[in-house]
Amino acid sequence: MIEITNVSLAYGQRTVLRDISLTLSERRIAIVGANGSGKSSFARLLNGLLLPSEGTVKVDGLDTRSHGKDVRRKVGFVFQNPDNQIVFPVVEEDLAFGMKNLGFTKDTIAAKTTEILTRYDMLDLREHPAHLLSGGQKQLLAISGVLVMDPAYVVLDEPTTLLDLRNKRRITRAIDALDQTVIIASHDLDLLGDYDRVIVFDEGGIVADDVPGKAIPFYVNRMS
Amino acid sequence: MLDLYSPGTSPLHRLSPGPKMLVLMIGATALFLNESLPITVGALCGVLLLYPVAQLTLKQAWQQIRPLLWIFALFFALQWWFSGIALAAYVVLRLAALILLASLVTLTTRSSDMIETMTWALGFLRPLGVNPAKVGLAISLALRFIPVLAQIAQEVREAQKARGLERSVLAVAMPVAIRTIKMADDISDAIESRGYRP
Repeated sequence: MIEITNVSLAYGQRTVLRDISLTLSERRIAIVGANGSGKSSFARLLNGLLLPSEGTVKVDGLDTRSHGKDVRRKVGFVFQNPDNQIVFPVVEEDLAFGMKNLGFTKDTIAAKTTEILTRYDMLDLREHPAHLLSGGQKQLLAISGVLVMDPAYVVLDEPTTLLDLRNKRRITRAIDALDQTVIIASHDLDLLGDYDRVIVFDEGGIVADDVPGKAIPFYVNRMS
Repeated sequence: MLDLYSPGTSPLHRLSPGPKMLVLMIGATALFLNESLPITVGALCGVLLLYPVAQLTLKQAWQQIRPLLWIFALFFALQWWFSGIALAAYVVLRLAALILLASLVTLTTRSSDMIETMTWALGFLRPLGVNPAKVGLAISLALRFIPVLAQIAQEVREAQKARGLERSVLAVAMPVAIRTIKMADDISDAIESRGYRP
């Protein structure tokens, strides 16, 4: 469970989030909002990449301010642009990076690499240069790089924005199949129909927090 | 080293990176100390013979040399002009042997293994405050992001060309710099997210 208590976030004079309090306990949670509404900043608060200017964020009781590294172990983060997340030049090397950081043995790393690449039908790309992958493959690699670290939560920041329709569907299927709790910031409302909860952000605050059937029409109406 | 690794099971692939990099260092030094054209030709032939041993084709060897042909031509012309054809041949063949030897190492060694070895080898700098793991990560990042930066530069060039700014260096350099800085922030976050502890 993630508890956000009276959280505000400001960059200098600019307030990005104001007095947010939430408890996130559902399996599938979506965050929607216009560009600049604060949803990406909110997503980054959840694994301690950003720390609140005021208030606290706790993941399973761990405060992101004092237990940042432990929180990041629990909360995997997938960025909008996979090119910014893939840090090693070859697919298997990139997958190994996070696992090495966690101290996994070589055998475990090899086994988990095979398992995740098989899951996404990318085993033949194991020794492939990362920069030669397609957009969808890069995003799957970015997701895989997070999953091999066994997080309890996966936060995804607009994971389908840069993808074509085929790859968008592929990534959507991959996200739907995740066992972990998923928190997704997205503009892509088609993704979110089956979610348990949709939180609508606007100008740094929450303006709706409901099931998709109610929150999405509210958001669409507000944006018209 | 960017995407040079060619997967295989040859004895050279199986050899750990340390000895290969050591041979490369010694070979390169010997090539530069040697002043005999026949020995240089022999070294070049020897390196070329190692390509089939590494389950690599001579076409792959040629692919390593081809992008540098203009440099070879320039060196050859200058050396011929100043020092004669024998020295020109010697300089160019020496350079070719060196590049083919270095390529052989990168073609048969995963970049991660090579970086791991470099990181280990840099351990002696630790007392001077150098963190070898950080150096290793920096090398990996450089290898990973050279093609990404090239792609960004290409995109910006095309965008500026569409606006009639194809001759303006500033119009290309500024957006590339801004995108690169923004990207660097995300990369730093991504590394942190994935449990990196320097």
